[in-house]
Amino acid sequence: MRSNTVGWLMLAPTIAILGIFGIIPFIYVLYVSFHQWNPFGASPDMIYNGANNFRRLVFDAEFLTSIAFTMKFAFFAVISEVALGYLLAQLFMKEFPGRGFFRTIHTLPLIVAPIVVGSVWRLMTTPSIGIIPYLLKSWFGYDLNIGRDATAAFALTVIMDIWHWTPLVTLTLLAALLALPKEPFEQAQIDGANRRQIFWHVTLPMIRPAILATVFIRLMDALRTVDEVWMLTSGGPGAATRYVGLHIWKIVFPKTDYGYGAAISVIVLYLTLVMCWLLYVALVARRERKRTF
Amino acid sequence: MRSGNPLLYLALWFFLSLLTLFPIYWLFVVSVKPAVDLFTTPSVILDAIYWKNYVNVINNETLRGYMINSLIISTTNALLVTALAFLACYALSRFELAGKENIFFWTITNRMAPAAVFLLPFYLLFTQVFTFGDWKLYDTKIGMILLYCTFNLPFAIWTLRPTIDGIPKELDEAATVDGASTWQVIYEVIFPLARPGLAVTLILTWVFAWNEFLLAATLTSFNARTITTGLSEYVTTTGTEWGAMAAIAVITLIPALIIFAVVQRHIVAGLTFGAVKE
Repeated sequence: MRSNTVGWLMLAPTIAILGIFGIIPFIYVLYVSFHQWNPFGASPDMIYNGANNFRRLVFDAEFLTSIAFTMKFAFFAVISEVALGYLLAQLFMKEFPGRGFFRTIHTLPLIVAPIVVGSVWRLMTTPSIGIIPYLLKSWFGYDLNIGRDATAAFALTVIMDIWHWTPLVTLTLLAALLALPKEPFEQAQIDGANRRQIFWHVTLPMIRPAILATVFIRLMDALRTVDEVWMLTSGGPGAATRYVGLHIWKIVFPKTDYGYGAAISVIVLYLTLVMCWLLYVALVARRERKRTF
Repeated sequence: MRSGNPLLYLALWFFLSLLTLFPIYWLFVVSVKPAVDLFTTPSVILDAIYWKNYVNVINNETLRGYMINSLIISTTNALLVTALAFLACYALSRFELAGKENIFFWTITNRMAPAAVFLLPFYLLFTQVFTFGDWKLYDTKIGMILLYCTFNLPFAIWTLRPTIDGIPKELDEAATVDGASTWQVIYEVIFPLARPGLAVTLILTWVFAWNEFLLAATLTSFNARTITTGLSEYVTTTGTEWGAMAAIAVITLIPALIIFAVVQRHIVAGLTFGAVKE
């Protein structure tokens, strides 16, 4: 019927751009990860040291805890964002006065740059000058101190992430919901399905690909968060919010331990990839089997 | 679906908007206070407005330049990325290309890399590889536009793919039978139906490009420096000029809002498929 050459031509620019700016830097980082290299420190020249960097990181407690914290952070943030984002997208599907206005308001957090988000949340929550600890203290007598309370600091980074990124989920799911054909819903209603049944058997299977794509994007972005958390807590107190992006940042910049930073990056990239691949295979394979429309 | 009481929705949205707006309101509060007042007992109500931060920012010619750079870079990047992703998704959805699912997955891996370490290879590419005579990709708008594709293109492909996949293939086939070429199918059948998805992709890629900080800070110096980077110049090791930073941040909301308002109109339901499908 149609020749596949046209298809390849349509993909060509994407493959070319991602090939140049994606693969070449990766090969470079992979190369560096097998070397000891601290441009401003003990070993200004790259020295090949085999898998020593990788051996070192397996026993690096700081790195391992940062991985655990990052996972926990990504888990709570992404689950809440997708659930909340889906609900809001459904709410935007209803007709009500001022819908466009509220939609604009709801997208506002996205336009605030991450470093600004981090700064504002820091100003709002710093003990003694922030409005939030002040109100919590006077209304509930609760003492919020993110400089000392690790759980509070962790929760706050999650809440900040939810505030900032739920609108992204809402928008992508809203686009998916708007593109759905109407018949299956009408048919289900005629057949006497209730709301829950419609959600589980009609809506969910149809927007699963969109949910999957959104979960992926949010998951990998949450796993490499730096700016916002850096401005809010600087990774503290202790190492409670020192997520892996921040950890790499600290190794590469203040310590300029470039070889080791590269090795950690390669491993983080690998872990993210494996996690996403497993999720992808599990969910897509399921979608292919159950494809009904 | 049932639509309940509109007043109920209004009340609900009003409450949600308060939660959404509070940090932005606080940003504004910070921007209209002199530095000393930031460190007194906080209060939700503003008693005096101090415009000095805004005056300083508006009169700053360098920042105006950064703002224009940001607008050019993010708008071009978002348009380019959305167009490329639209084509790529059409190809992935409608052609039987060998290994296309692997290509699809590969695109997203470009977004997974932790940024810090990848700054150096990008820097080397921009200053030593992509040079022609005196010209370097470093500190050019085109360089940033292309570079931002690494995180925006995978994003756009992943958000658009479900939309394009969801458009029934019967529509393409019907149009082809009627004698439409591939381009006509894309432009006249797929494009109008994918409009909500395209609008959302355009908005979100624009946002990512607009807010990007690390790459812009490393790979530009003046000619292509963006406003986010300009903003971070107020966050220094000796302390942060909160007021000035907040004022810039508030001002950057304005062009973003205008672009949102224009593009958001397209986030509406496409045609009903049913009429054509049966």
